[in-house]
Parts: sequence; C-alpha cells; structure tokens
Amino acid sequence: MRLAPPGPRDPLKLAAAPLMPPGGRSREAIGLAAAAARGRFMLQVCGECELVQYPPRAVCGGCLGVGLRWREVPAGGALLARTIIRISVDPYFRTLTPWSIGTVQLDCGPQVVAHLHGDVAGRVRMTLKLDKAGQGVMLALPEQDTPDMHDDPAWRALTADPRGRRVLVTDGRTALGQAMARGMLAAGARAVFVGIAEPWRPFDGAGLRMAGIEAVALDVTDQDSVHRMAASLGGRVEICVNTALHLRPAGVLALDLGEARAAMEVNYLGALRLAQALGPAMRGRAADGEYAAVAWVNLISAHALAAPGGFGGAAAAQAAALALAQSLRPALRPLRVVNALIGPIDDEWHQALPPPKLAPAAIAAAVVRALCDGVEDLAVGDIAQDILARWADNPAILVRDVPG
Amino acid sequence: MTSLASLAADLLAGRVRVIDLTQTLSPDFPTIVLPPEFGQCAPFRMETISRYDERGPGWYWNNITVGEHTGTHFDAPVHWVTGRDLPNNTTDTLAVQNLVAPACVIDCSGEAANNGDYLLTVPVIEAWEARHGKIPAGNWVLFRTDWSKRSGAAYANVLADGAHTPGPDAAAVQFLVDRGALGFGVETIGTDAGQAHLMNPMYPAHTLMHGAGRWGLQCLCNLDQLPATGALIIAPPLKILGGSGSPLRVLALVAA
Repeated sequence: MRLAPPGPRDPLKLAAAPLMPPGGRSREAIGLAAAAARGRFMLQVCGECELVQYPPRAVCGGCLGVGLRWREVPAGGALLARTIIRISVDPYFRTLTPWSIGTVQLDCGPQVVAHLHGDVAGRVRMTLKLDKAGQGVMLALPEQDTPDMHDDPAWRALTADPRGRRVLVTDGRTALGQAMARGMLAAGARAVFVGIAEPWRPFDGAGLRMAGIEAVALDVTDQDSVHRMAASLGGRVEICVNTALHLRPAGVLALDLGEARAAMEVNYLGALRLAQALGPAMRGRAADGEYAAVAWVNLISAHALAAPGGFGGAAAAQAAALALAQSLRPALRPLRVVNALIGPIDDEWHQALPPPKLAPAAIAAAVVRALCDGVEDLAVGDIAQDILARWADNPAILVRDVPG
Repeated sequence: MTSLASLAADLLAGRVRVIDLTQTLSPDFPTIVLPPEFGQCAPFRMETISRYDERGPGWYWNNITVGEHTGTHFDAPVHWVTGRDLPNNTTDTLAVQNLVAPACVIDCSGEAANNGDYLLTVPVIEAWEARHGKIPAGNWVLFRTDWSKRSGAAYANVLADGAHTPGPDAAAVQFLVDRGALGFGVETIGTDAGQAHLMNPMYPAHTLMHGAGRWGLQCLCNLDQLPATGALIIAPPLKILGGSGSPLRVLALVAA
C-alpha cells in the first residue's frame, strides 16, 4: 500500500500525543536494543552448549551455563501464526491498531513473537529494530523485497525515513553540511533548511537555492540565534542533523586556548543550545501524523572514544559532545537520536593528514541509510569503524595504541 | 563661573548636545575577518544569568563574552608590534587626560559611500585644512565615510580577495602623526583600509599611528552629526590590565 504524500494538517485538530510503547526491560534484554541500534540481528548464544536464547536471560535455558554471549545469528525464519490486534489497553498501541504480530520459528532455534510487516507470508527475514521507547523489538520482513515495502506502517514506526519530511542541517557553510542537505533532498525530503552563521560573511548560496535548499540564519554559538531559529522552524522540522562541527587536528600542549574554547562552544555547548531550543518542539510533534518529527542526528568524531596524539587536544570537546549525545536519547524519546561516529573529514583542516579521510558525501549517505533503516549507532569510514571495534574489544589497549 | 560649570549648565539646558557614536553590541555585528589559520577575535555573546525566574526571581542580568576588538572599540598602541615598547601603551596605563579630547572630522562620505577602495590622501587632508584650519595637536581625527549606515554583508564588504572598506594611505597617516593627532577614528571595522595588507608599510594606520603612541577608534557611527571642528569626544576604554583595546561607548559633545 503506497503512503500518500504529506498533506495539509487540520489546524483545529489536537495533535496526537508523543506516546511511547512500554519501555521497561531487564538488563539482559537491553542487549536487543544495543544490537538493534547497530542494525544487527543478534541473540544470546550459550558458550557451552551453543544454544541460541530468546528471550534474553542470565543463564542458558538448555544447560544452565552462565556464559551467554551476544552474537550475530542467522536471520531467516518461518511465520507460524499471525494475530491482528484490533483493541489494545496500551495507549501507544491503541493509536496503531489494527496491528499485526506473529509467532516466528527462527532458523537458529527459538520461537519468537514479532511485529509483522504487512507483506509477510511463509518465509521471513528477521530484523531487530528500536521502537519509540528505544527498546529492541523484532520485526519480521518478507523474505524478498516487495513493492513500496517501506510504506508499511510497522516499518515506518520503527525507522526514520527522510522521505516526505522536512530536514534542518544546522551548518550549511561546510562541504559536509552541503553534502548532507543534498543527500536529504535526494532521499526525498520535502524541504531542507541549512543554517548559515554570520550571514555578513560571503556565502555563495546560489547552488543550494537552485537545488531547492533554503538558507536560514543560525549560529549555534549564539543563544539568541538558536532561539530565533527554533521559533521559526520548531513547528516545521521533522529531522535535525547537527553538522555544526569544529573539527581540527590539535595536540594537547600546543593547543591554543581560544581554539579549545571554540571547539567546546560549537561541539558541546552548540549542540546543547540546539537540543534545548529545538528538541522539545520536535519531541512534541513526534506523533503528529504519518510524517511526524522523527529523528535527531549527531555527528561526533570517533576520537571522542580515544584519540592519537595529534588529535588529543581536539578530543575533549568531542568526548563532551558524545556524552551529551548519549544523554539526549532518554531526553528526546520518542525521537530517534542517531549518533554517527566519523573519522577525519577530507577538508581543508586535514590537508596534512594522509588517507583514509571521509568524503562529506559518504557521511551524508551513511546518515540517510541509518535513518531509512532505523539505525541509531553507526561508525562511518575505516578509521571510525576501527576505533569503535577496538574500543568495544578493549578500551584500555585502545587508549594506549590509537591508530592515526 | 568656570568653563566646566558653564559646560554643565549648557548640558542641562540642551545648548550642548550629546551624540552617541557607538554601534550596538550585538551577536550579529561583524568582526574583523582574518585568515582562518590565525587566532580570531571573539564576537559578542550574551547568556542570561537570570531573568525574574527560578535562577533569580527578582532580577535580570547576563554574562557576556567579547574580544578586545569587538564592536565599537578602542585600539591602544600596544595593539601593534610597532607600539609594543612604548610607555603607557595599554588600556590601563593610557593618559586619562586625553580620553576626553576635541575632534576634527574629515567628511569623505560623498566619495567613499559607494567606493570600498576609497583612500584618504594628503591632498584631501590639505583641502580640509584649507577650509577649517590646521589640525591642532591632541585632536582626534575622525574619518567620516557614512560606512556605518550600511549593515551586515554590505558593511563588512568581504569579497574573494578580502574586505573592501575605505581607509587612509600611508602618507596620509604619516601626515596626521606629524600634525600630532591624538588618534584616528573610523566607521569601518579597522582603522586601516580593507586592502591595507597590500600597502607599504602594511596596515599604515596601525603601523604608524600606534608606532607613534597614538590611538584608534573603530566602528563609530553618527559622524554625520558632528561639525568639522568643535566636537568634544569622550572615549575611555575599559581599564583592562595590559589590555590592547576594548569595546567602549563613544560620546561626542557638540554645540546645539
């Protein structure tokens, strides 16, 4: 069923409240959310008897072994039974009925109850997605892609497709911001706004204007500017992508204090100002129709986790930005907070740095893909992926031996 | 009656008017543009401490951050390398006796208003002196261009090869130094022309004025309300320890 394009909203109708599905989970079950955030289909597997577990638990359901490890498992399965929920006592699901759930026999062993894509029949592809409460839930997809499958209500409730939505890209002066704006437009965004700080400085916006991208005055270091932007756009932006970054290589001892402060002003305080001014307005519109406000995207250098010497001075502001980005998740739900770790960008500030460096368009493409797939945690490019993988493996070793 | 008492009486009676030569300090007022690899002057920023709210129920106040050379501001001799070793060259050691001083206003607004590359030259100053008399020592020399009537991008006027804003050429600056001018004041972001990095010496208003221990005033406005001579300028910068300059309120007293 093809989704109708966004139409005018009845201004006299009360907007649907930004409700969330039940969010309580055991600590073990949060592993599902961690896997879903990365777009991976993972379950606990017993280290002793190899039994795949579901639901998540503390000890193996087969041998009572305690060595359960989260591992990627085969995602195939077969639909055993389908139930259509027409009446629910849960306020969130009441807004979604009729809603399909089903029992699926996973190829890897367990039987699970999953949300069902409307086109599911027989064999299925299982996915783990984050629901509006930020918890990991299973969504069964048809084994092969079907026409307009991304218009399915279950898919849309568990993803953040830019198509038909209005996107704010907070800094349009950089190649990254411009690539992001063009990427969102190519992904079907209904409107794209780019922030332009210090409008008195030269800015050739002709190319952006030709593409249909609108420049708005926005300087994340200026409280008043952020509030004026939020007053103008808070009611008409569904995705915010914060590209206002101050990313420049700098060691610790030679770091200019003005430079350090500028990095903190933009990367941490700028993001904080944006979140405080625009976040509540977007969050309040998180259930406002088919094209409701849906996502907040932070771009953070992977050096927030650990940085080589030449980036040590710049890393503190990135660590602050990462801490903020993680705190934004519970604060902004049911908005999806996407945190993309990136490596050094191929820009004028990294001229002396050898490859690999990230092309702005590659970052934009990765963010669009994450939104479309409902992914919240991603690392873009070789350096960020390497740092993240080694951080997950052993942070104590990583901080003593950072690549780059 | 002393002259000071008569001035006070004239002020109260409105026979002497006070003109504000100051631009409003606001976050979006342009600052000097240097190549990105150099240190940058902070723009004006304001964050509320409290505004009759839970942070302070009965009072309103802000914390501000600002560079020494943001908005309408004063340049002390130590600002430039040529003035680094002079006595009394910082904002806290300046001779306060001169912070209230008369001004000569050279009106080049007709020529400069639409010409970002307009240069103040010796013949222009000589023509001014022919009409108004020799510039007395100890006077501010204020360069009226009406540039302050512009705003935003037109005010900064930054093109691909840098800013294009009016200023003096080197000979004109040396002429004013030789006249004993107290300092040089302009409506643009710098006392020097936007393209003064191409001059010899580079940035003559900074190099020669500050090298001679003279001062600078930037981002002035309302110079069109001043007479060619006879205005009294009150321009004391903040008393910053070892400061190279400061934002300030510049006032002019003129006969009504």
